[in-house]
Amino acid sequence: MAMTMFEKIWEAHEVRENLIYIDLHLVHEVTSPQAFEGLRMSGRALRRPDKTVATADHNVPTDGTPAANLIADALSRKQVELLEANAEEFGVPVFSLGSGSQGIVHVIGPELGLTQPGMTIVCGDSHTSTHGAFGALAFGIGTSEVEHVMATQTLVQKRPKTMRIDYQGTLAPGVTSKDLILATIGRLGTAGMNGHAVEYAGEAIRALTMEQRMTICNMTIEGGGKAGMIAPDDTTFEYMRGRPGVPEDFDVRVEEWRQLVTDEGASFDDEVEIDASALSPMVTWGTTPGMVVQVTDSVPDPAVMESPVEREAAERALAYMGLSPGTPMTEIRPERVFIGSCTNSRISDLREAASAIRGRSVHPEVRAMVVPGSAKVKSQAEEEGLDEIFQSAGFEWRGAGCSMCLGMNPDILMEGERCASTSNRNFEGRQGKGGRTHLMSPTMATAAAIEGHFVDIREWE
Amino acid sequence: MEPIDVIEGDVSFLDRSDVDTDQIIPKQFLKRVERTGFGEFLFYDWIKDGEIELSPNPILVAGPNFGSGSSREHAVWALQQFGFDCVIAPSFSDIFYSNCTKNGFLPIVLSEDECRQVAEAGEARIELDNQTVACDGGKFLFQIDGEIKRRLLGGLDDIALTLGELDSIERFEDGPGGTRGPVTTAVD
Ligand code: SF4
Repeated sequence: MAMTMFEKIWEAHEVRENLIYIDLHLVHEVTSPQAFEGLRMSGRALRRPDKTVATADHNVPTDGTPAANLIADALSRKQVELLEANAEEFGVPVFSLGSGSQGIVHVIGPELGLTQPGMTIVCGDSHTSTHGAFGALAFGIGTSEVEHVMATQTLVQKRPKTMRIDYQGTLAPGVTSKDLILATIGRLGTAGMNGHAVEYAGEAIRALTMEQRMTICNMTIEGGGKAGMIAPDDTTFEYMRGRPGVPEDFDVRVEEWRQLVTDEGASFDDEVEIDASALSPMVTWGTTPGMVVQVTDSVPDPAVMESPVEREAAERALAYMGLSPGTPMTEIRPERVFIGSCTNSRISDLREAASAIRGRSVHPEVRAMVVPGSAKVKSQAEEEGLDEIFQSAGFEWRGAGCSMCLGMNPDILMEGERCASTSNRNFEGRQGKGGRTHLMSPTMATAAAIEGHFVDIREWE
Repeated sequence: MEPIDVIEGDVSFLDRSDVDTDQIIPKQFLKRVERTGFGEFLFYDWIKDGEIELSPNPILVAGPNFGSGSSREHAVWALQQFGFDCVIAPSFSDIFYSNCTKNGFLPIVLSEDECRQVAEAGEARIELDNQTVACDGGKFLFQIDGEIKRRLLGGLDDIALTLGELDSIERFEDGPGGTRGPVTTAVD
């Protein structure tokens, strides 16, 4: 029978109905302490440390602090130190502050070759969907489930519904995979993919690099999806080849992985088609990723919105964002720019941002920072001299971590500050209480830093 | 996990859609390494700024897409420790829903109209066994997965149940399923 990629992976992992086996469990400092504590209290072992890996990312300072015991914030220090102690006690490999492999959990998995096609991957973090770009089934879980995976290497799960989004045509110059996913969420709404395992398919997707594909799968959760997936192909295999975690019989595995694609005639619970060639650069104006328009548009007017729920939400969002309807998006002026997060902090994102600078400097009224996704991205960028390009243009060059994506470390927006951000969430207070976030691609954020207002990257020389 | 059967009492109404986990429990409180002590920080910014008022009643009614955003289970702990026993909304984000059920906190999906009637009635009686919400406006049926319901009614611990099936897990690992994925302990 014709099967989808999702079905092939799901069925290969059923220990029995509604109990699936987990091939890789990623752990970080914020959602794991209570799970480790649970194991300890019930006297249980962590069943498969060899399928588990931990890193410190959410809390860590990005100012070059070299080790957990030197973190200034007492609570953050305690969380990171506890991660190290728990990992040691339960035998889990850990990349903490100071390790050359430390970084955002969703950046280091692919980077180390731990993320592979056909696997089930979970993490106590909703952006685990990122790993689906390799043709894996990857999704976020809560702390109780983290403990369940630690104790049993399985997860009690009902089979999710499936959805395919088919993108025809290819993206126009200046339009990135970030724009593609923002436009998709804008179209379908923040609950449009609700609970589905979503396969992104079509010509536009095939044409993307792995890092661009990760950006798309990353934001599946912003559309309400459970997991985002992209069929593995030569692009996937070439990206993986030679990375430390890949299997020794790599070429044999590649032939197996090729079989994971959705069969001709397989059916999905939902199918959507989107013309990728018609998409433009996108910028959010509100407080959900679905509140998004083309950069050439203006801030929408709640008064003309039909549904009362939508109107009320838009009014609230505009009040919070300090914006008036009808303002052209290109006239909005950020005080801060953040290039980073598991959505857009990989080496190609930094290369694109750096190459857009071309000798210009950050606008005098803007403070801009670049936060590499991992220690490896950072050292690679430094080898290529990107750090100097950024710094001589006036960008701050930071250490690896989640940083201002969620502001659990000292990198936060002040009340009322407006930020052009390459991250994935523009919720109220996400980047700091009262902070105002506009989501966009790395090149658009770079242009905003230099011009002091949002610009249409297609027109920007 | 405490078993749930009947939940009865006053209703608090949070008339907002897309309430995300960043609002339910702002990130500055995620640094706690315990499972307790989150109740006082529920909706911290909104309550402190006087934007909303909430009483710790047994029943919370909210707008669609409640609990969107992150996987942080702290959001469920905060709602529970604040005093709620269940939350009724037209829809929930998927991870949030599942996190509720792992903590003996009942998430109930009713239509927007039914939610409003429960909120207006101001008190209600919920029977998990019969899958009903009864209030002055009427008696509404809700859907819940049979297995989840069984575990909630019994207050059953997922991990203990699964460990009872260790044989099947070991059998799975001895088959082709055991050879997939990396050996994390071999990478540095
Ligand atoms: S970068 Fe942001 S979205 Fe990604 S894992 Fe870290 S906090 Fe979450």
